Amino acid sequence: MAWSEDQPMVSIKDLHKSFGALEVLKGISMDVMKGEVVCIIGPSGSGKSTLIRCVNALNDIQQGSILVEGQEVNDHNLDKLELRKKVGMVFQQYNLFPHKTALENIMMAPLLVLKQDKAEVEKLARQLIKKVRLEGKEESYPGELSGGQQQRVAIARSLAMNPDVMLFDEVTAALDPETVNEVLLAIKELAQDGMTCMLVTHEMAFAREIADHIYFTDRGVIVEHGPPDTFFDDAKDPRTVEFLGQIL
Amino acid sequence: MKQKNNNVLPVMMAPRNRQTDPFRLKAWHGVVLASIVVLASIPAFAAEEPTRASMFEVLVRWMPLLLQGFVFNVVISISAMAVGTITGAALGLGQISLNGWVRKFAWITTQFFRNAPWLVLLFFAMFLLPFEIKIGSLIIPLPDWLKAIFGLSLPVMANVSEIVRGGVISLPSGQWEAAESLAFSRTQVLWRIILPQCVKRMLPPWMNLYSILTMATVLASIVGVSEMMTLTGQALAAEGGRTDLLIPFYSFVLLMFFIYCYPIARWTIRLEKKFAVIN
Ligand SMILES: Nc1ncnc2c1ncn2[C@@H]1O[C@H](COP(=O)(O)OP(=O)(O)OP(=O)(O)O)[C@@H](O)[C@H]1O
Ligand SMILES: [Mg+2]
Repeated sequence: MAWSEDQPMVSIKDLHKSFGALEVLKGISMDVMKGEVVCIIGPSGSGKSTLIRCVNALNDIQQGSILVEGQEVNDHNLDKLELRKKVGMVFQQYNLFPHKTALENIMMAPLLVLKQDKAEVEKLARQLIKKVRLEGKEESYPGELSGGQQQRVAIARSLAMNPDVMLFDEVTAALDPETVNEVLLAIKELAQDGMTCMLVTHEMAFAREIADHIYFTDRGVIVEHGPPDTFFDDAKDPRTVEFLGQIL
Repeated sequence: MKQKNNNVLPVMMAPRNRQTDPFRLKAWHGVVLASIVVLASIPAFAAEEPTRASMFEVLVRWMPLLLQGFVFNVVISISAMAVGTITGAALGLGQISLNGWVRKFAWITTQFFRNAPWLVLLFFAMFLLPFEIKIGSLIIPLPDWLKAIFGLSLPVMANVSEIVRGGVISLPSGQWEAAESLAFSRTQVLWRIILPQCVKRMLPPWMNLYSILTMATVLASIVGVSEMMTLTGQALAAEGGRTDLLIPFYSFVLLMFFIYCYPIARWTIRLEKKFAVIN
């Protein structure tokens, strides 16, 4: 069954995930269409990170289904590497490779995983550095960059694999307030270019601005979801209302 | 309550600069100290019996042989380190293998050899290994020094295994996750991302281990390998067991090991400091 672009890029159905006896996700379903930007918000420990880490198989799944471009992730024979070529991920702690320069960080995966030509990859990497506004930092090591700069390198590093979906897990949560915006801007431009994005974020104004759809999770279930305006102005569920009341 | 204003607590004083500590040992300090021990004993004893050759003369006469012995110690230490490092690295990677059986085997082997006295392992290697190996018509002799290298490489292997395992698990899991998310295979993650970062962290304990091994090579004298300790004993015997020779001869042995190991120790500390700043 071939996947076509009018089907969801990521389709999650009745997803259950446990760590030992602790059930963290208790039946999550959502569809993300190509080019769509989805934000997942919710209190700490509600399972947001776990949810998006299931999409690129960093976490395994006990029950339910995740289809990425029609490919079932909950499958023992899944080729994780093929899946991860399509799904990029950016982390809260940047996780750049400290022994490599910014440019090398970006070039590594296309060179080693996709076996692309070195000159081509370098050209692409320099374009991406420019795209995230870090010209001049090509030869800097992660330790020499600010948090915001590192995070933008991390975004460029993921983009170098030319993924179809990008996952962002609270990518501004560890940043100084002054540098949050430069990272959000990079994500926003990415979204405007038509990248399919799933973001876990605490930046409500940002979510409202760029999201096509917002999901609110609490204790492993989706409590409420909808387009940003409806979600923020007309929240129905008392848990959502309380959460928004605390955070806004 | 009465307050004493002139009471200055140590913590309130400006920190003193530690870098100008005049008592820090330098390599040449050790050389000087040991040389003093050797030289100081010469006139005292030499004056006693003028008919016999002075201790210094005797020592100088034997020095080339003793130094040869020391070179042998160094050769044994380098060889055992090389063998132990290669096998230990493999064992260390085995300890983090995804295969449960490989992991168990590597763990048990590591623990076994890490918790065995070096001398006992040396004895086992000496007496369990044949003196030659026959492969068809080919006969490979196994001299004692080769067995000693093998015996000493066993505890080195176990310690290197732990250094490798410790280095790998000391890296934050985010490094694994980031690399895996970029579709690196496990082998690529390990060799391209994890191990290059670990090498720096593993270098100081590895060098430390080498120092310990070098000093342990004198154990080979107990099983009859003609390294420096053995030769020193033989030289003393050849001189008719003169007790006045004991101190200068063994001081000379100490001196040689000190000259060799102390710079390694200093260098290790320097590296440790350097990496502490980077990380
Ligand atoms: N590897 C793990 N092993 C065991 N429990 C885990 C593991 N990872 C997460 N959990 C648990 O799963 C629950 C959900 O964690 P998760 O990180 O998905 O929450 P979150 O919504 O991302 O929270 P936060 O906003 O703090 O990042 C938590 O109770 C957490 O303790
Ligand atoms: Mg989280």
